[in-house]
Amino acid sequence: MQKIGVFVCHCGTNISATVDVAKVAETLAKEPGVIYSTDYQFMCSLAGQNLIIDKIKELDLTGVVICSCSPRMHELTFRKAADKAGLNGFLLEMANIREQDAWVHKDREEATLKAVALGRAAIAKVALNEALIPGESKVTKRALVIGAGIAGMQAALDIADAGFSVDLVDIEPTIGGLMTQVDKTFPTLDCASCILTPKMVDVQQHELINLMTFCEVEKVEGYIGNFIATIKKKARYVDPDACTGCGLCTQKCPTKNVLNSFNLNLDNRSAIYIPFPQAVPLVAIIDAAHCKKLQEGKCGVCAAVCAPKAIHYDDCDKLVENKYGAIVVATGFNPIEVHAFNEFAYDQSPNVITSLEYERLMSATGPNGGTVLRPSDKKHPKTIVFQQCVGSRDTTSRGKTYCSGICCMYTAKHAMLTREKYPDTDVYVFYTDIRTPGKGFDEFHRRAVEQYGVHYIKGSIGKVVPMSNGNLKVQASDLLMQRQLHIEADLVVLAAAMEPDKSAKHLAQQLTASMDNDGWFTESHPKLRPVESPTAGVFLAGACQGPKDIPSTVAQAGAAASKAIILLIKDKLKGNPCVAHSAENMCNGCGACANVCPYSAITYVEKEFRMPDRTTLIRRVASVNPAVCQGCGACTVACPSGAMDIFGFSNKQIMGEVDAICQ
Amino acid sequence: MNKSELLKEQVQRNSGVNVLKCMRCGKCSATCPNYDVMEYHPHQFVNMVENNQVELLMKSESLYMCLTCFACVERCPRGVEPGKLVEAIRLEAVRIKENNHLKPDQIVKKLTDKMPQQAIVTAFRKYTK
Repeated sequence: MQKIGVFVCHCGTNISATVDVAKVAETLAKEPGVIYSTDYQFMCSLAGQNLIIDKIKELDLTGVVICSCSPRMHELTFRKAADKAGLNGFLLEMANIREQDAWVHKDREEATLKAVALGRAAIAKVALNEALIPGESKVTKRALVIGAGIAGMQAALDIADAGFSVDLVDIEPTIGGLMTQVDKTFPTLDCASCILTPKMVDVQQHELINLMTFCEVEKVEGYIGNFIATIKKKARYVDPDACTGCGLCTQKCPTKNVLNSFNLNLDNRSAIYIPFPQAVPLVAIIDAAHCKKLQEGKCGVCAAVCAPKAIHYDDCDKLVENKYGAIVVATGFNPIEVHAFNEFAYDQSPNVITSLEYERLMSATGPNGGTVLRPSDKKHPKTIVFQQCVGSRDTTSRGKTYCSGICCMYTAKHAMLTREKYPDTDVYVFYTDIRTPGKGFDEFHRRAVEQYGVHYIKGSIGKVVPMSNGNLKVQASDLLMQRQLHIEADLVVLAAAMEPDKSAKHLAQQLTASMDNDGWFTESHPKLRPVESPTAGVFLAGACQGPKDIPSTVAQAGAAASKAIILLIKDKLKGNPCVAHSAENMCNGCGACANVCPYSAITYVEKEFRMPDRTTLIRRVASVNPAVCQGCGACTVACPSGAMDIFGFSNKQIMGEVDAICQ
Repeated sequence: MNKSELLKEQVQRNSGVNVLKCMRCGKCSATCPNYDVMEYHPHQFVNMVENNQVELLMKSESLYMCLTCFACVERCPRGVEPGKLVEAIRLEAVRIKENNHLKPDQIVKKLTDKMPQQAIVTAFRKYTK
């Protein structure tokens, strides 16, 4: 005899504004098997949970239905409450009358009818539920951090400081990420290298951190606590253990005209190179595409001058496989390409540059040693025009719909530093809005205006026309003065929008981690689980999750690390008992289920069956590894004989729900 | 709905422009090649329509100073398309009976280098009805 309790939640007014919750409770009370039905303002609150617990004990309930939010939100909360009351958590079902009803409908009467139908389906299902006990799996006490920018480094340091081994992987030959290219940081104007490079050294010297530079994560399999990652160590042609970083090879290399990507192609480097003097590891690398020896078989100068014999022209890509308990994603961002914005003439003039290029021009490690000289003729620019929101807040195909968040601040920084270093320079900033939330941020921007005399103009550049002398005719609007400006500028600097790093997409597919339309990693809950990916065991740090400045990135990296530590510190994890299983008597060993399984959880075994005539028959039948199965249900659909089923979501239960809705 | 609101509704519908999409960046007026001779500038067209001031725009010479080059339409980051709005308001103006911007005998005198062709075409459109 079923004794089912139904609990309908108001969710404040989230549900009750659209759904007549009292009527839902009243109607569902008449369903077969239901012996108790009520509504309450906040079912997830302590009082709400206590109500459920008390009723389970008092009425000896055999099943519970909660009509409230999505199970993604609070299923665990309510299952825990049921367990506390002595009822197996899997004898509890949720009917989602918030996301799938109240939030998407306006008509109160129809929404109420739908809530009843959803509740009815949950009641039909819970009547067929079985108590399930989750299995346990071991946790591999090692973390993988993907991306070694400021986010990845911080996360790796924190996890390693907690006593766990970390593999820190970066696609580039050095760690440090984009921050290595930044000259100074807002709002304190401290030198980026001075705060970054000591951290890079800390990472290198930490005994629990294994640096894997110039490596790419190719494949990730497994599940929380037990990931298996295949990492490609790309050919460096230099043995990192033997190389001393003396730099002699880079001096002697005859190919000196390779565009230097560290300086955003504003100067050249040799084919064998060290990315920058503070690189970690401080090891040379051969750019295979430009090396004479690797391309034409002639040269070999670097190997000849290398005293420790570190150069190996026969080096090749290698794959390594490692096990990890937790993964932190920190793949970061890049500025967008600005070629599509032809009104700014970026492709027509070398004197139209992006903000990151300007950062390199200002940096002491940049192409001119920190002296700002315009690219076309190395003259000191007297008039510099900055344009904000290039590709940000842009709903057309050229740009990104979001605000990139950091451009207002770095443009203020560029303008201020330019005026400080070169007071004879006229600096204009064209802005749409100034967005400077953050500690000391708006004060910083005001300083640029009030103390440094930067001309902030509400408006936009409409057209840039390069002149034969390298100068740029800038046509722009000044909305507050109601006039069009014509400025002859020496340099135009474009604050390009941020976009996720290109490597993120492949990684997301490997991790089955979700992304939004713009390619940023999605967090599990925008407010309450901001550093967790919806894929269990995968955590997000820094700008891979959305545009962010350095302080927020470091804060989020610390948070991601602490979540990874919480996972790694456990010896065993409870698994998901809602996994597939096959009824061996019905399975004919056809192989359909193994073909569709995305997790390779199904294998086939030869099994002996006793026949009615007392003979023995050996048959091939499907066998599911419950530790690997994620309960997606693909096999149950593929199985032609109906042998495959999922605990907690059996075919019978699903049909029960459908029948209840169709009543 | 009063007359001003009706006009706003009408020009938005005819042009397909939603003036609320504007984020006031000023790119339309920055890119406009005929800015200096206009009383009202592209971004003002958008803002004035939003504030029910279509009649003011209909009376302004600016309506005929727009070259319909569509640079503003091309470059607007929010897809507002101010140029199409100007066209719709111009259409609204020339459709009023006895309110022709040009009379046939004025045309010859008006034909200067500065006269945008679009304005002549628009004026003639009225007479061919």
